[in-house]
Amino acid sequence: MKRVFPRLTGTRRVLVFAGILTLLAIGGTFLLDPFRNFQLATAAAYLCAVGGLTLLIGLSGQLSLGHAALMAAGGYGYALTSNALTDAGVDGVVRFAVALVAGVVAASLLGLLLGLAGARLRGPYLAGLTLALVIALPAFTSVFSAVFRGDQGVQTAYSPVPEFLNRLIALEQWQAWVAIGVASVTTTALVLVRRGVGGLRMRAVRDDETAARVNGVAVRRVKVTAFTVSAAAAGAGGAVLCFVTQSVSPGGYTLAFSLLLLVAAVIGGLGSIGGAALGAVIIVVLPWLLNVLAGALELPTELEQRLSGNLSVLVFGVLLIIVMLVRPTGLAGSWGVRRRTKSTHTSADAELGFTASADRMPGSDQAPNRQSPASTTGTTSNPSKQFLAQER
Amino acid sequence: MDRLAFLLATGLARGAIFALFALSLVLIWRAARIINFAQGAMALVATYLAFAVTGMTGSYAAGLAAGILGGAAIGWVVERGVMRHAPHSTPLAGVIVAIGLVMVLQSLLGIAFGPQYRPMAAPFDETPIFVGGVPLLSPYDIFVLVVALGVMGLLALLFTRTALGLQLRASAFAPEVSRMLGVRVGRMVTIGWMLSAAVAALAALLLIPTELGLNPHSTDMLFVYAFTVAVVGGLDSPVGALLGGLTVGVVMSLITGYLGSTVAPIGVLVLLVVVLLVKPGGVFSMREARTA
Repeated sequence: MKRVFPRLTGTRRVLVFAGILTLLAIGGTFLLDPFRNFQLATAAAYLCAVGGLTLLIGLSGQLSLGHAALMAAGGYGYALTSNALTDAGVDGVVRFAVALVAGVVAASLLGLLLGLAGARLRGPYLAGLTLALVIALPAFTSVFSAVFRGDQGVQTAYSPVPEFLNRLIALEQWQAWVAIGVASVTTTALVLVRRGVGGLRMRAVRDDETAARVNGVAVRRVKVTAFTVSAAAAGAGGAVLCFVTQSVSPGGYTLAFSLLLLVAAVIGGLGSIGGAALGAVIIVVLPWLLNVLAGALELPTELEQRLSGNLSVLVFGVLLIIVMLVRPTGLAGSWGVRRRTKSTHTSADAELGFTASADRMPGSDQAPNRQSPASTTGTTSNPSKQFLAQER
Repeated sequence: MDRLAFLLATGLARGAIFALFALSLVLIWRAARIINFAQGAMALVATYLAFAVTGMTGSYAAGLAAGILGGAAIGWVVERGVMRHAPHSTPLAGVIVAIGLVMVLQSLLGIAFGPQYRPMAAPFDETPIFVGGVPLLSPYDIFVLVVALGVMGLLALLFTRTALGLQLRASAFAPEVSRMLGVRVGRMVTIGWMLSAAVAALAALLLIPTELGLNPHSTDMLFVYAFTVAVVGGLDSPVGALLGGLTVGVVMSLITGYLGSTVAPIGVLVLLVVVLLVKPGGVFSMREARTA
């Protein structure tokens, strides 16, 4: 990519490319039928959440299994605000914008709380906490059913295509446009965070907390910020999904869905926003493709029922294991590695945080093992040198 | 008052199961420094096996034995086949691989057996015995308590009094030194996984007759409870798992009894958040900070 418009650099380059990609995607909607446009809108909504998740895991080294719950927070924030505005007589773009912001704020607040808890913990503990959160979601909606309406969920008012576009495009295409717009703003923001000082600090914290602290990075604040940013992105995704489907209910944001987001982030390549886009498309298209395939085989009805849903989970589970064991850099890793080895000396492993953390993994009772030969002779490198290399 | 006594007693019985499952998490943690998120799914496969064997032979004991042995076999397969090859440099890789395993196992069970709940019969009566007019434990609850505490006692003996236990502890705490002293660390890790998976299978086998029945997702909640127990008790400490398990069991029983079962997951979440914020090392653990 560096060879295209070499004179464009920095933030301006990111913005120009974001604009071009968005226009391409919006132009692409004219080639698709309504169902494909609906799928595209869903994938764009997922992209927001997957982008946030990949930033959180890949850059700050915090694992969340609860991003579905954060999306749900965004969806409920959007739906409740949208309904309140409808009652107040507001509609159109203003209603959408305000409700979207409300959704993002709701998810960010929840993310802030989780981040505050998570800043004191490492990987597996945070994963368990977020797992408990997503499992508790249906309980929350039924305990506070006066607001969240239990399992049934909240329905929102129908948002038609604006009048000046009415003749030109169908509803699904309009929804795809809105979803693409929100997704592009969200991912651009994430890319900017990733490239900026914030991203640098996150990588520092991920690779070696002690070294980061010695270099003046406020570790806890960086972790909380990472979680909040990631939650805000997920909230935008949830709000868009609610806009597209006109409803939000706990049944849509289960543990299985949360794991699907993780699959998308891992398959695409942790830490890579481009990989997140790839992953988001895969988790939308692959289940549908498998269903079509299973339908074409004309299996007995009972077997087909058992396969539906389960088959895609099986495939995703296998993919998750294989990617993690064979190629932790994911699909986006291949050309990322080549590019990086050319320009700097950091390996893809370092990018993913799969080095340097080896010696701080065990508990305090393992002190003698900290300087074990395996971890010192391996790929552990001086973190500050790494940051300098990545800063360029 | 009667209700309180009843809830406390059933909470203890339920808590013993949570403690057993949490102990299995502690075993893997101590052997391999991994929190095994696939523990619930692995135990579930063993439970299906036990269910099938009990269905064929008509004997609960045969099913129980098959489930426990099956659990150990699954532990062996998972450790040798998958977990051993996960990148060990970061705890996240192990967690993600385990989650992939959960998806594979649960979807395979769903394809093989469908989503319906299969009721599992308990070997003993499940109606509570009245002591002085107060309903307390059922015979099955007593069976659960005896088995759970007995297994924990046996494990304690194994770890503190046998040569194998010494090797297991040595390879968990100082793998490099142990290897130099002739301990086959790789084998010890495998044995740790097998022990742990067998204990988890036993816990699931004890729990499921008291629940709705067998379903590809019936251990999801058990894992969350056991994780909470492990966090409350401290992952390094088997005693913490026992005390934490009984605590969580009683707390959950009180919440379910007085506020309704829908609130229970929120109760778990609140408990987790409070413990992690106030005492991240675990209530029953003396350690200062929690490092992954």
